[in-house]
Amino acid sequence: MDMLAGKVKMTQQSVNTAMNPADALERPIRLTARDVTVHYGAKQALHGISIDIPDRAVTSFIGPSGCGKSTFLRCINRMNDTIEGARVGGTIKLDGEDIYDPSLDVVELRARIGMVFQKPNPFPKSIYENVAYGPKIHGLARSKTDMDEIVVSSLRKAGLFEEVKDRLNEPGTGLSGGQQQRLCIARAIAVGPEVILMDEPCSALDPIATAIIEELIDELRENYTIVIVTHSMQQAARVSQRTAFFHLGNLIEEGVTEDIFTNPVNKQTQDYIMGRIG
Amino acid sequence: MTDMLSTGQQASIDRTRLIRAGLRKRHLSENIFKGLGLAAIILALGFVALLFVDIVRKGVPAFTQSNLHLAITYDPAILKIDPPPVRAAGQSDADFQAANLKWQRDLAMLNWNKVIEASLRAAAPAGLEIDAKALLSIAETDARHVVREMFVANPSLLGQTVEVELLASANAVNWIRGNIDRSLGDAQQQLSASARTLIDEFVANGTITNGFAWSIFTNVDSRSAPASAGLLGAFVGTLWMMLIVIVLAVPIGVASAIYLEEFAPKSRITDFIEVNINNLAAVPSIVFGLLGAAAFINYMHLPISAPIVGGLVLTLMTLPTIIIATRGALLGVSPALRQAALGMGASKTQMVFHHVLPVTFPSILTATILGVAHALGETAPLLLIGMKAFVAAVPATPLDQATALPVQIYLWQGNENRNFFEPRTAAAIMVLLLVMICLNGVAIYLRSRLEKRA
Repeated sequence: MDMLAGKVKMTQQSVNTAMNPADALERPIRLTARDVTVHYGAKQALHGISIDIPDRAVTSFIGPSGCGKSTFLRCINRMNDTIEGARVGGTIKLDGEDIYDPSLDVVELRARIGMVFQKPNPFPKSIYENVAYGPKIHGLARSKTDMDEIVVSSLRKAGLFEEVKDRLNEPGTGLSGGQQQRLCIARAIAVGPEVILMDEPCSALDPIATAIIEELIDELRENYTIVIVTHSMQQAARVSQRTAFFHLGNLIEEGVTEDIFTNPVNKQTQDYIMGRIG
Repeated sequence: MTDMLSTGQQASIDRTRLIRAGLRKRHLSENIFKGLGLAAIILALGFVALLFVDIVRKGVPAFTQSNLHLAITYDPAILKIDPPPVRAAGQSDADFQAANLKWQRDLAMLNWNKVIEASLRAAAPAGLEIDAKALLSIAETDARHVVREMFVANPSLLGQTVEVELLASANAVNWIRGNIDRSLGDAQQQLSASARTLIDEFVANGTITNGFAWSIFTNVDSRSAPASAGLLGAFVGTLWMMLIVIVLAVPIGVASAIYLEEFAPKSRITDFIEVNINNLAAVPSIVFGLLGAAAFINYMHLPISAPIVGGLVLTLMTLPTIIIATRGALLGVSPALRQAALGMGASKTQMVFHHVLPVTFPSILTATILGVAHALGETAPLLLIGMKAFVAAVPATPLDQATALPVQIYLWQGNENRNFFEPRTAAAIMVLLLVMICLNGVAIYLRSRLEKRA
């Protein structure tokens, strides 16, 4: 129990030091979205979302269930393409390049924008193969030693290496939920993405595993642009520098996390943060 | 206040009573349903057991054969033949072959039955009056070929006497085993009275013994010598067809399923194709036979009665099964796995071949093996493409004429010598069932093994 307490305390501490709104504001803009709309068949899920996402900072999307935050996240690496009947409008630019440009290869885009899903979904293969898969299909490792290096460093960055170094050849599905999710993060990191999207990465995890992942997200922020969808406002407050509040398919308010939580401009945001919309 | 409480209590007691009253009825209906289910299973198992017991009871005797031990004398007085040609110096290959063939032809013209008749007469007890026809009816008609082949292989046997094991005739077997009513009068018996007496004598003195019927496994079908009829030709024909079905139906079926499920755009055309595939799986197999006769034999001029045509027809028949099963398996793969692969930047093909197929492999394999096993048991379409012809040869290629195990069963079932072929049909059924059980066993084994690994 002591260990747990220590860990949680440590996480909060590191988050507190990381919460430097000015720092986040100064960063250059990596992703820009303008008037993004999504239709699932006849139903409109997003009504013109416009947002700028800064480089090497954590931006969190919050809002009640069905508000469109996950839908918008999935627009950023075009995972909505895989859904039957989904249509995306508006523009999303990564470093000024339109990601919905027909000449852009979605495979390349997804190598640049990695994704971690709500439920840990490691491949039913060994831990090593899980991490090596991305570099392998994208041809990033020149040799076996190269690959070993990528795998080890990715697992290190995901804070998993020490726990699994003796069983890299065992199936990834045999790990605990939190370890699996860190394996998925290692897998995403292995490709060397610029942006990592996380869709409620802790919702299937217990509090200890959640604390570990949150700590990890905070560390990753130094090298990656992170966008995280969460239904936990505490989590948004702990890990993110910027927060966007979604409601009924609209982006209601967006800004520095501290401002959103302490001094929201919009009445709806206020209601949600006070727990009046659930 | 107390009033309120007691009302609440009263309501709760009433509720409980209502629930209890309904409970008995609910339990009753559950028990009735369970009982009906159990009865259905017992009934079904009973029928299956009945079928198996009946087949085994009938078929087991066919796995023994009656062997006739005779001392055959290659009597030069009967076998008037020159010594086999020896290759002279300077003789051409063709000349020598021609001379050799002539010698064999001459050999075939000799009266080998006389040799067998003589040895049977020698084995018979002295004083028994029996004519040549009755004597020869004891040995199976292929005896003369057996004896002649021994001589071709070793011409120095001329003038010698050797112990030979021959097959007793089918009629003799019927008499020995009591397949035919032994109390019937002479007019209704297949064998003459003297032959029957001699057979009983032979059994008593050990000239006729029982042995394992290897002939079932090593011989091809025979109509003139039923006791020597075997399944080898049909078995090899079935193997050829199985090979063709596996080579064609599995890749085509799995590939179509993958395309339809993973790549094809969802449109009216794919819907139409899907409906048709589902309907094809329900088309009676004899219709596939008609199609095979029309398309492969009439139009493409493939040989009639050949395993290649049978294999193609069975492939067409198996395809819908494999496609439907594979699509089902692909559909069952969790979306999380697909998303994981796509999210890593895998292309659709990579997603399918690296992640989806390995996971579904065990179920696809099982479905395939069961589909192939089903095709192997199919008889109706084969009848229409001429595979019910009597073929007394082992097909060396899929283009040779052949028959198949289930068709062989059909042919034997229809044989005129019911007394002899009833057990043999049951034996053939046992062999076919064994092949099926083996295939299903392989499917179960592979499935459990691969699933453990995954």
